[in-house]
Amino acid sequence: MNDLHKKPLLINALRSGLPDNAILSSEEALRPYECDALSAYRELPLLVVLPETIEQVQAVITACASLEVPVVARGAGTGLSGGALPLSNGVVLSLAKFTRILGIDQLNRTACVQPGVRNLAISEAAAPYGLYYAPDPSSQIACSIGGNVAENSGGVHCLKYGLTVHNIQQLKVVTIGGDILTLGGSGFDGAGYDLLALMCGSEGMLGIIVEITVKLLPKPEYAQLIMAAFDDLAKAGKAVGDILAAGIVPAGLEMMDNLAIRASEAYVNAGYPTDAAAILLCELDGCSAEVRQQIQKVQAVLQQAGATSQRISADDAERELLWKGRKAAFPAVGRISPDYYCMDGTIPRRQLPYVLQRISELSGEYGLPVANVFHAGDGNLHPLILYDANIQGELQKAEELGGKILEICVEVGGTITGEHGVGVEKINQMCVQFSPLALQQFHAVKQAFDPQQLLNPGKAVPSLHRCAELGAMHVHGGKLPFPDLERF
Amino acid sequence: MSDITQQLQAQVQRAFQANNPLLIRGGGSKFFYGNACDGEVFAAGEHRGIIEYEPKELVITARAGTPLKDIESTLAQHGQMLAFEPPHFGETATLGGTIACGFSGPRRAFAGSARDFVLGCKVLTGKGEVIEFGGKVIKNVAGYDVSRLMAGALGTLGVILEVSLKVLPVPEAETTLAIAAHTNEAIDIMNARAGQPLPLSGAVYDGEAVVMRFSSTELGIKELRKKIAGDELKQGPEFWRQVKEQQHFFFANDMPLWRLSLAPATLPLGLPGSWLFDWGGALRWLKTDASPRDVRDAVAAEGGHATLFKHREFWERQQPYCVFHPLPSALMAIHQKLKTAFDPAKILNRHRLYEDRI
Repeated sequence: MNDLHKKPLLINALRSGLPDNAILSSEEALRPYECDALSAYRELPLLVVLPETIEQVQAVITACASLEVPVVARGAGTGLSGGALPLSNGVVLSLAKFTRILGIDQLNRTACVQPGVRNLAISEAAAPYGLYYAPDPSSQIACSIGGNVAENSGGVHCLKYGLTVHNIQQLKVVTIGGDILTLGGSGFDGAGYDLLALMCGSEGMLGIIVEITVKLLPKPEYAQLIMAAFDDLAKAGKAVGDILAAGIVPAGLEMMDNLAIRASEAYVNAGYPTDAAAILLCELDGCSAEVRQQIQKVQAVLQQAGATSQRISADDAERELLWKGRKAAFPAVGRISPDYYCMDGTIPRRQLPYVLQRISELSGEYGLPVANVFHAGDGNLHPLILYDANIQGELQKAEELGGKILEICVEVGGTITGEHGVGVEKINQMCVQFSPLALQQFHAVKQAFDPQQLLNPGKAVPSLHRCAELGAMHVHGGKLPFPDLERF
Repeated sequence: MSDITQQLQAQVQRAFQANNPLLIRGGGSKFFYGNACDGEVFAAGEHRGIIEYEPKELVITARAGTPLKDIESTLAQHGQMLAFEPPHFGETATLGGTIACGFSGPRRAFAGSARDFVLGCKVLTGKGEVIEFGGKVIKNVAGYDVSRLMAGALGTLGVILEVSLKVLPVPEAETTLAIAAHTNEAIDIMNARAGQPLPLSGAVYDGEAVVMRFSSTELGIKELRKKIAGDELKQGPEFWRQVKEQQHFFFANDMPLWRLSLAPATLPLGLPGSWLFDWGGALRWLKTDASPRDVRDAVAAEGGHATLFKHREFWERQQPYCVFHPLPSALMAIHQKLKTAFDPAKILNRHRLYEDRI
């Protein structure tokens, strides 16, 4: 049966479990769902459904599974790797109506929420208890917690407080078989395999997340920020390792290069030194005596590392102003270039000078400027490639340059994605990072959850054929893996 | 320092072809843990050595047979530590066994668990394939998180060959304070404190007193002492070591020892026996001869799970009980499929976690 014929059958099947207004099928209604925040990729889905109860999600899954229609789960659509890009023959299952905070347990320090709840809304709801939800991706005012789990999102504070996987206690997941699994427990762990960890970052390919219990932390009593300027990127990079080796784990440790500094400064006037080659933003938090003592220690380390100037926030207003420049770096770069393409590789920190040098060479080669914003503490680079989509071929050039940057990250022992996920965007680079055996094992994991390959198929893990076609396979000891595979 | 990957791989390949179950053994310090299982002993302990450790990166990579004490002493030389404070349960404990069991000590409640610190690993699957997952960097979301799945899987999805872990600096200063309390008070104190911005790094209730550890800078600890009541326990480090290693007098007899995982503020369960609370109440050790069913029912009613951690032979003599909490059927089905995906002949630690369908 072709997909067009399936559509009326599917609508019929869905109507038995969903109200009519929860099924979108006209082109006009589908259009807003054609992409996520990686808007260079667009596709109209067959249908969009907007269930509002777990039973309705189960009904959608059952209907889709019986007609073998793929399902792409979608939260707020702020993902940067095309994880929620629709499939032309598939249904987009939007969790946008799951917006209730089901409960906050003050004594146990948890919040039970629906997947469509915005990241920041959790911290806002927990604030009266002096608690908050730690992971803070820069899209936190808009992104949903369900999407955070699916992508294992990070943020500027994850060096000290961890990624989503470290801050989730329990998940309820609807399987492709329509069952509800409870993963994790009311305590800090669950029985059996750690499927909670496996589900974090699985990009909607193993199940549909319908309820999440997050951990809440007490809000730190005090926080202070140091901004240090450097006349050389490599010196700034080295200072990062020096701070960590001195026994300090900052709450946030960020770095920006000159292009990013100038763009941000022009946008928010945070008082950044626009002549610096790089700045570091280092935030310490904890009790006030501890923070004061650590600030002194960090100052000495920065001085030793060759900082040309240092500024310490006098109060929260100044601290927030200094952060504002960093948090606004992406839109600030958006003001100086018609388009930009954000990359997300992670590297061992000691490789920073080498990697920045290579990026700068590639930038010259491609004729596209690159601004570097960097979660320096955890080695997570966000090079922003500046381009103009109206110029024929520039997007392709930007993508090619981005791909090469990711390959450099792998070459130095890093990874192609620190926090944005693979989605459709980095699927080719997966062939570079992982061996065919690892990719095959990933497919076997998916098979264990989704034997019909209906949950977000084709994302995140490339087929071995695809890798072979790209010619990007790992070749160990001159032996081509899987010599019997056809290569085109 | 030795790399015996090829030898181990060949042994698994032979066992896979012959459908011959293997009993994975590192240092043998945690052999008591899990369900009884038999098979040919697969000695992985000789695969040892630290491969890479760069203090500035906060990452260590080592072969699984590396003695845990070697890892810890190497880190200590650079003022760093495994922040999940793993118990050794014996001199011979290895890194691989620690991760395979997924054991974490008192600091876990505040710093994170063994699996939280796993960044990547190299495993030998039941098909005899050597595969690397994850990485050696702190943030990495490429591919399914198979390395964290290995933590606590008891080797049933693959023999861990190498592990990369995030490490953290040793706190500059620590203090241990004790406050006498009844059980309900203790639960309140520990959880109220954990909800305040305090540098807590341990919270135990031993039936008489709440014992809390705080970690900060020297000035931070001084300031804290002005705010928090309690008698300073001079032998604090020794107390935490005894709790972690189960050498505290509480653990000294042969009664079945249950490990209950519960929401930390859960009220006392009303099961007979004696109790020691760790992790601010989220981990409860129970010594009891109450029936496994009664223990499990009481814990399940609170959304937790119960493991017959030690002395399973007490019940085995009458009727074998799975030491791990039974899973709902849909979840069990996924477990079986995952096991098959990594170890199709089910030769790796067969039945040790749950009964394998052969």
